[in-house]
Formats: sequence, structure tokens, C-alpha cells
Amino acid sequence: MTVQLDFMAVLRDWPMLVTGVVWTLGLTAVAVVLGLLVAVFCAWARANGPRWLAFVVGAYVELIRNTPFIVQLFFVFFGLPAAGVRLSPVTASLLALTLNLAAYGTEIIRAGLEATPRGQIEAGLSLAMSRVQIFTHVILPPALKKVWPALVSQIIIVMLGSAVCGQIATRELSYAANVISASTFRTFESYIVATAIYLGLAWAVRRALNWVGPRFIFGR
Amino acid sequence: MPSVVEASAPVIVDIAGLHKSYGDVEVLKGIDLRVQKGEVVCIIGKSGSGKSTLLRCINGLEVFQDGGLTVDGRPLLHDNAAAMRDLRQRVGMIFQSFNLFPHLTVGANVMLAPTLVKKSARPDAAAQAHRLLDRVGLADKFDAMPDQLSGGQQQRVAIARALAMEPAVMLCDEITSALDPELVGEVLRVVEGLANEGMTLIMVTHEMAFARKVSSRVVFMHQGRVHEIGTPDELFGAPKTPELQQFLSSLHN
Amino acid sequence: MVDFTLWDILRNLLLAARWTVVLSLIAFAGGGIVGLVLLSLRLWRERSFARLFNGYVGLFQGTPLLMQLFLSYFGLRLFGIEVSVWVSAGLALTLYTSAFLAEIWRGCVAAIPKGQWEASTSLALSFYEQMRYVILPQALRIAIPPTVGFAVQVIKGTALASVIGFVELTRAGNMIANVTYAPFTVFALVGMCYFILCYPISLYARFLERKMNAVRR
Ligand SMILES: Nc1ncnc2c1ncn2[C@@H]1O[C@H](COP(=O)(O)OP(=O)(O)O)[C@@H](O)[C@H]1O
Ligand SMILES: [Mg+2]
Repeated sequence: MTVQLDFMAVLRDWPMLVTGVVWTLGLTAVAVVLGLLVAVFCAWARANGPRWLAFVVGAYVELIRNTPFIVQLFFVFFGLPAAGVRLSPVTASLLALTLNLAAYGTEIIRAGLEATPRGQIEAGLSLAMSRVQIFTHVILPPALKKVWPALVSQIIIVMLGSAVCGQIATRELSYAANVISASTFRTFESYIVATAIYLGLAWAVRRALNWVGPRFIFGR
Repeated sequence: MPSVVEASAPVIVDIAGLHKSYGDVEVLKGIDLRVQKGEVVCIIGKSGSGKSTLLRCINGLEVFQDGGLTVDGRPLLHDNAAAMRDLRQRVGMIFQSFNLFPHLTVGANVMLAPTLVKKSARPDAAAQAHRLLDRVGLADKFDAMPDQLSGGQQQRVAIARALAMEPAVMLCDEITSALDPELVGEVLRVVEGLANEGMTLIMVTHEMAFARKVSSRVVFMHQGRVHEIGTPDELFGAPKTPELQQFLSSLHN
Repeated sequence: MVDFTLWDILRNLLLAARWTVVLSLIAFAGGGIVGLVLLSLRLWRERSFARLFNGYVGLFQGTPLLMQLFLSYFGLRLFGIEVSVWVSAGLALTLYTSAFLAEIWRGCVAAIPKGQWEASTSLALSFYEQMRYVILPQALRIAIPPTVGFAVQVIKGTALASVIGFVELTRAGNMIANVTYAPFTVFALVGMCYFILCYPISLYARFLERKMNAVRR
């Protein structure tokens, strides 16, 4: 038995694939920026915030970490309209991705914050720095540096997870593969190509984040 | 030469009846101590006698239960964050373990607090940092990272960092204890330079020769109290209490 | 429109949750076995095996599980194998799980201090003896908490099998939401079901980890 594979049929539709890549990267980029901001705040709140806030953040983190992303996405996209919040596929995807990344990011960053030696904080205090200044200038940068590899891995996981957003017609890479497979009837080849592109993206994004981190996030 | 201070010099640190406990354990049992501007006060005593705790109370790292403490005439108000920051601008501290910020260059370590707290312009802060690093003999290390420096160099950076806030008094807690013996001298020379320039210093130290050389007064602490206080000659030359005699003789063996 | 009570919804979800559990067990057991085989190849003193191992792990960790499921589903068909969705989902999830477990376990072996290798070498143990009596017993102990923790990822991963038509919790939720017109309630309940499945395992993994750290100190 022979199987004829025709990848050219798929690659001929490259504009569709490029659109998919752009959307996948765009969704990931926005989710990373927003998600990490939320994560830093939540990590702070869990470690130093008032009790009720620490509890709320803890519940949020556990809820997200113990349910599948696809269910979170469906809840946001299909469930929330019933409660009066109607979101476009892109907005719903961004919201779900951000909330998801932020929950994992909170735990990762918190571990970094807790590793700060007490003496660092005291040095900041003795230099008359405020609590906020100590957090942003003394505690956070080394903490981020310490956990950056873990954060990068989590960001990759979220990017790969964003393939699910195609299920609500967000035009990211897996959606592009769906569309191409429907028009060319080259289903297997479409997904092989998309999977290969994901593999390349994961590699490239990891390299990019390893480059960006030391330069822009936590100093050298 | 020990620092000589005129009797009329203003009081910078005034501690009266200070009590401090950790839970049920009373660690400071009523400390009275007045330090005048320009004085160099060395605190000696056995480990666990409360020396560090006393220093840490002076800049509010520890909360005490009873007694009064004023710096530059201003009382210590633990609950008032603004007042505490005000106070800490007047009180510099140098730690046994240096506590440099590992993610910042040497220059950025020195510049951080002036730019954040005093809102100094960056060029001014940089110029000041260069000046101070030059003063502690590390002019060429401005762009180095802390972990590229020896312990003695790190401690000198920490001194420059504290000086950048132009404090009225400096607290030093066993600042040479974490150093290899051959690096102790370079740090003590910097401190001696500060003393000679008239900086008010309160330092906990085990370097008795140094204490004898630079102090205007020496405080011997024992079990949470100021057990004996006086000029270096009085304390080292003619210790009155058996506890101090025993402490001093234990150092020679 | 038929009226569905909350209990109707929940009962149907719980029935479907059985298949989530069964699929998770298949993936975890299958993944564990394949993972062990991969690990033994990796620990073999043979360079090319190590490269193969890294390629395998990189492939499954560097691509979306959803794509892996699609490829398994359409790939098997392409080769003329008309199989049930059980096989497609089971195969994809098993391979996915094996890659992660093997990598977790490799990390545990790597975490054994070099001194242990050197000491056992100096005692003239063979490679097999070193593994069997010195390295693996220690690695096994530290491997348990992250392995338990990964079970949560497997359970959540099975939700993606819904996309290729496997009727488990998420798929059932979709179907029920479509007939009840109560997507908010349904997906909230679906989430709750997953939470009830996963959270105890998460807690247990954390407990094991804390216990292990306490012992080591
Ligand atoms: N954070 C703390 N909690 C409880 N007890 C403490 C703490 N810090 C210091 N102590 C106790 O207070 C006493 C004085 O400590 P310290 O001021 O560090 O002494 P010194 O610096 O003279 O060696 C010691 O008995 C020490 O065990
Ligand atoms: Mg001490």
C-alpha cells in the first residue's frame, strides 16, 4: 500500500499559513505582556497582600491550574454571553490565554520572590527606599531572573495551547490548517505542516525570550 | 588617634530606657546611650548580648516595645512609613553580609537610592557614585557586577552605597566578620578614613585593636544591657567589671 | 424545548466524566510504560540514543497536543486503518505522556549528585549495578511528586480529545450546552468536575513534595 502525500498543495496556500502564524504570535505576545503583569501583581498579593486578597488570588490560581484550558476558553466564549458578556473570538481567546498564563505565572514568580534573602530587603530599607521601590527594584528583578527559564517554558506551553483557540474560529495557525485541509482535502498534510511550523515557533520564541529577558526584563 | 568630640556637639542618637523582646525573651533590657555628632562608638560584647539588635533598632529594622529613641531630635515612629523613610535617610547601615543588589552593577548599586529616594538626576547621581567609589578605592569597578568582586571590595561598595545617602550617622554591624583575614584591613582603612573626616559611627566589632584606635567611646554589652561604657583607654586599659575582664581575656587566648 | 434540571445536567456530565477518567488512566499507564522504555534507552551509554530521546521529547513538548491528536486521528486513517476514536486519542495521549514522563524522570536521575556515581564506580559496580542499587532507588524517591503532579496535566490533556470527537467530559458539556441553551451553567459545571478530579491530585503532589523536602533537610 502506498500513501501519496502532497505537501505542495498545502504550501500553495502560504498566505493563509502566514496569517495563522501572525495571529498565533500576536495572541501569545499580548497574553504574555498582560499575563505577566497580572502575575506579578498576583504574586505580590499572595506573598504580601492583605489576607482576603491573598485568598482570592489563591483560589483563582488553583481554579485555573486544575481545569483544562479548552474548558476555560469555552466558558469565556460560550458561557459568558449567557451572563451578558458577549466577546468576539479574539477577545475571548486573549482573555482566556491571559488568565491562564497569569495563574501559572503567579506561582512561578512567587517562588522567585520567596527566594529573596532577607538581607536584600533590609539593605533597601536602610537606604530609605519605600516598600514599593524595594519590591520593584530590589526583589522583583532577581526573582524574575531566577525564574525566567520556568516562565519561558510556561509561555511556550501557552503558545502551543493557543491552538485550541481555532475551535472558536480565532484565525490562528491551527485554524489556518483547518481551512486549508477543507479546501485542499489534504488534511494530514495540512496538520503536518502546521505542526512543523509550531515546532519552529516554539524554538524561535524560546530563543527570543532568552534574548529579551536579560536585556529588557531583569537587567543583565 | 581616637576621635575627640567636643562636649557641646549636638546629640545625634539618643536612646533612653530601650526595651526589646522577641516573644517572651527580653533581648534588650533598658538601654541608655547618647551619641554626639562626630563620635565613633564601638560596641563590643559576647555573641548574643544584643549588639545587632540594638543597631537594628536605631534604624527601625526592629520594632521595640518600650523606651525612646530619637535620631537628630526626631523620634522613631514605627507606624509612620514616611517618618521611617525620613529617619533612614539620616541613618546609613552596613551589614556583615554586604547585601549588595546582585542584579545591578556596582555603580547602579550606589546610584539606586539617591535616584529613587532623593530624586537626584541621573548624571548627578552618577558623578556622586564615581566620587564615592573613588573614595573607597574602587574607581575602576563602576561597571563591574557584585559577584565579580572580592568580599573586601563588595563591602567597600556597600560603604559607598550607604554614603551616597549622605547619612548623619552610620551603623556598622560586624562589617569585617565575613571577610578573609587578609581583606579586613582594606575595609577598616576606609572606615577609619570616615571617622577622621568626622562621620558619626556606631559600630559593632570584634577588631579590638581597631576599636581602641578609632573610638571616642567603647560600649561593652552584656546580657542585653550596657554593662560598661567609657573611653577606649578606660575599657581596655582598666576594665572595672569582672564580665568585661573575662571577655577581654577570652579574646587573647 | 425540554426543561433540564441542574441534576439532569450534572448526571450526564458525571456519566461522561467516567470516560475522562478511563482515557486518563490509559494515557498515564501507556505513557508510563513507553516513558520507561525511553528512559532506559536514554540512560544507555550510547550517544545516538540520547539524541533520539531529545528529539522525541522536543517533538512532543514543542508541538500542540491538539495537533498531535489530529495527526494521530487523520494519520491512522490515511494509512487505511479505520479505527475508533479511542485508539486515536489513546495513542496520541500515550505518546504525549511518555515524552513528558521520560523527561521528568531523566531530570530526576540527573539530579543524583555526581559523588554517587563516583562512589559506586570506585566500588567497582557495573553500570547495571550502579543503576539498580544506587542511582534508581534514589531517583525514584524524588521522581514521585512530579510524576503525581503530571497526572493533572494528563487529565486536562484528555479534554482535547473532545475535538476529534471523543465523548468525554468536555465533549459532553458541549453537547449538553447545545441542547439546554445554558452554556454558562454547563461549562461552569464541567470546570467544576475537572477541578474535583484534579485538585486533590495537585494537593497530594504538593504534600509529597513537601514531605520529601522535609526528609532531605
Ligand atoms: N529574629 C529573632 N527572633 C528571636 N530571637 C532573636 C532574633 N534575633 C536575635 N534573637 C536573639 O536575641 C539575642 C541577641 O541577638 P543579637 O542582637 O543578634 O546578638 P549579637 O549581635 O550581640 O550577637 C540572641 O539571644 C538571639 O538569639
Ligand atoms: Mg550580631
